[in-house]
Amino acid sequence: MKTKLFAAAFLAAGLGMSGQVAAKDSLTLGIGLEPPHLDPTAGAAAAIDEVVYQNVFEGLTRIGPDGAVLPGLAKEWTVSNDGLTYSFALRDGVKFHDGTAFDSADVLFSINRAMAEDSTNAQKGLFEPIAKVEAPNAQTVTITLKRPTGHFLFNLGWGDVVMVASESADTNKTKPVGTGPFTFDRWSKGSEIRLKRNDAYWGNAAKLVKVSFKVMPDAASSAAALMSGDIDVFPNFGAPELLEQFRADPRFEVVVGTTEGETILSMNNTNKALSDIRVRRAIAHAINRQAIIDGAMFGSGTPIGSHFAPHHPAYVDLTSMYPHDQAKAKALLAEAGYASGLKLRLTLPPPSYARRGGEVIAAQLAAVGIETEIIPVEWAQWLKQVFKTTDYDLTIVSHTEPFDIGIYARDSYYFNYKSDRFNKVYADLTEAVDPAKRKALIGEAQKVLAEDSVNGFLFELAQNGVWKKGIKGLWANRPIQANDVTAAYWE
Amino acid sequence: MSDIATIGSIRQRTGFWRRAIRHPGFLIGGAISLSVLLIAALALIWTPYPVTVLNIAEKLSAASIAHPLGTDHFGRDILSMLMVGAGNSVAVGLVAVGLGIGLGGPLGLLSAMRPGLISEAVMRASDLAFAFPALLTAVMITAIYGPGTMNSIIAIGIFNVPVFARLTRGVSLSVWEMEYVTAARAVGVPPLQIALRHMLPNIASPLIVQATIQFALAILAEAGLSYLGLGTQPPQPSWGKMLHEAQTMLYFAPMLAILPGICIAVTVLGLNLLGDGLRDLLDPKLRRAAKLPKT
Repeated sequence: MKTKLFAAAFLAAGLGMSGQVAAKDSLTLGIGLEPPHLDPTAGAAAAIDEVVYQNVFEGLTRIGPDGAVLPGLAKEWTVSNDGLTYSFALRDGVKFHDGTAFDSADVLFSINRAMAEDSTNAQKGLFEPIAKVEAPNAQTVTITLKRPTGHFLFNLGWGDVVMVASESADTNKTKPVGTGPFTFDRWSKGSEIRLKRNDAYWGNAAKLVKVSFKVMPDAASSAAALMSGDIDVFPNFGAPELLEQFRADPRFEVVVGTTEGETILSMNNTNKALSDIRVRRAIAHAINRQAIIDGAMFGSGTPIGSHFAPHHPAYVDLTSMYPHDQAKAKALLAEAGYASGLKLRLTLPPPSYARRGGEVIAAQLAAVGIETEIIPVEWAQWLKQVFKTTDYDLTIVSHTEPFDIGIYARDSYYFNYKSDRFNKVYADLTEAVDPAKRKALIGEAQKVLAEDSVNGFLFELAQNGVWKKGIKGLWANRPIQANDVTAAYWE
Repeated sequence: MSDIATIGSIRQRTGFWRRAIRHPGFLIGGAISLSVLLIAALALIWTPYPVTVLNIAEKLSAASIAHPLGTDHFGRDILSMLMVGAGNSVAVGLVAVGLGIGLGGPLGLLSAMRPGLISEAVMRASDLAFAFPALLTAVMITAIYGPGTMNSIIAIGIFNVPVFARLTRGVSLSVWEMEYVTAARAVGVPPLQIALRHMLPNIASPLIVQATIQFALAILAEAGLSYLGLGTQPPQPSWGKMLHEAQTMLYFAPMLAILPGICIAVTVLGLNLLGDGLRDLLDPKLRRAAKLPKT
């Protein structure tokens, strides 16, 4: 009996000690959505990048916490005067996690794979300007473009352009092999993805030894997991109503940053009523952005007047173009022939900004005579019904890709918006290299979208991080879809 | 012969009220159920505030004279929402139980009166339906046909069909063997008339008791479905949906969850008390066992 007690006490002490030690070099993050797989070059889901970007996979360039373009696997580069030829010098001694060396052949393979006819890359547009990729030697890569592309170096930093090896590319979905400071450890489907430190990393080794991403789709259980200590950090906490409580709790800090998430009331511009600009403008006048931010987001978010992030230097404030004015909205609807009312479907994906925001918008539209039928859907159904087949009238979604105003120039994007004027501005913008000219064109593009009232522009999603006190080196903002933990450490 | 059956049920009823006023469970349950019904009826014509109009400026305000139970995160009056929610619950209960009795009753009677292949098929189909938990079936149906009040009512109602089919068959079988039924059959009374005049009055008691229980279960099921987002859709409020919305606000606005929770609990309790009371009062065998005065 005595020995048993002693053993138990010893065990307990041992456990307590290992628990303490583990807290110093391991980190558990909560993520709202589980990635469908782990290959960022073969899927659009932000959840993939939010686990592996920069941690497991790296690109030629990388995006820093402030959105700046930094050297990645390319240590330096030169751009020809005509802006068409980029020459990258690769880092020496880089190895993939399976031990194979990284060199220019892998760059060729990665880019050609993404550009191939049968490629499943979700952002083929990023590669579209590329005319050819060459490797003069093992440590140099030359990329020639069809036309100057102002954003090219930033584009190379996207998760969709990370470098993969021909030996492991096919199995990256389940067993990702990259060059990053963390290697993939194990994935318990439905609950957790674990990474561990790559001790053979080419650069500064990560300070954390183990990183775990726990899938927590439900806001209430996420809060409980934070409170009980099961999760150290929730980089983007989904329930803004709970932030006050974490602010008041001395164990946590709430870090409010910016995201690239333009939250919009997307309109199907080919719907009979919505194809009329007067109806779209009436909806813009009917919307009260502040009420949506206060009611649905508990004050978290910045109003936007076009599809552009307010923290970007080229942002133009267009929020006063359609002030909240119910009389004006009714007049515009009457002018368009809908004086007796209009009925539209409002399809809402699961996040609370959509579900709660949808209820607020439905009430605001009802006040001017637009009746909406709220249809809640799951993500898979949303992607199929709204995004792919565009069988919808209105929906609410946050577009979290950085600098994604170009989606309005795409022919068959789900808004079904077609404007020669916008396409011209955007074509000029992609070719412009001069910063002042670019800025003017970006402003012009925002104005065109606002004037055409393509969608209801609501607010920029805030990044509401809940961090346990003592964790440092995480990103407060989200300039790109990522949870970069490479520089994170416990104080 | 049929006169005897009628007289019996009349005498039973007169004694019913005399005993009822001395049965506390029945009285409390009845009072609660009646209040819920009246509130639900009132909500059809009047609520203090409209429930589909949001008033963000007044969100999450505490109880006051203007809003006796406060407001929710959209500034809606909670009292009004609970009233409309009561209407919603009662409607779901009525339709679901109505559907159960309306379809299950005749099926059960038929299978008791006409034993054979069809009756066996009906009963085995009921057994099959029973194999699936009620809420799971309802979730499945709303997942296939889409969420919404109508679909959830149908989903809950469908589960009630085998419940009543089985019960009706069980009690009808014994009544079917009674001498007065045999006599009625012997003199050539048409089956439908036997069913309505001779059988129904004698099997009504257990059906009524079961109906109150199923009513409570239907309200719980609707709350469960709405909580999962499969039942009543916004902007229409329902108790289950209010619970769901309040979930993440429990820490700072617990009343948002407590109030609809109380409504569901009290209503279900009331209906169960009423059901228990009715069983005590209506079941002659139980009455004899409890040595209550014979009528």
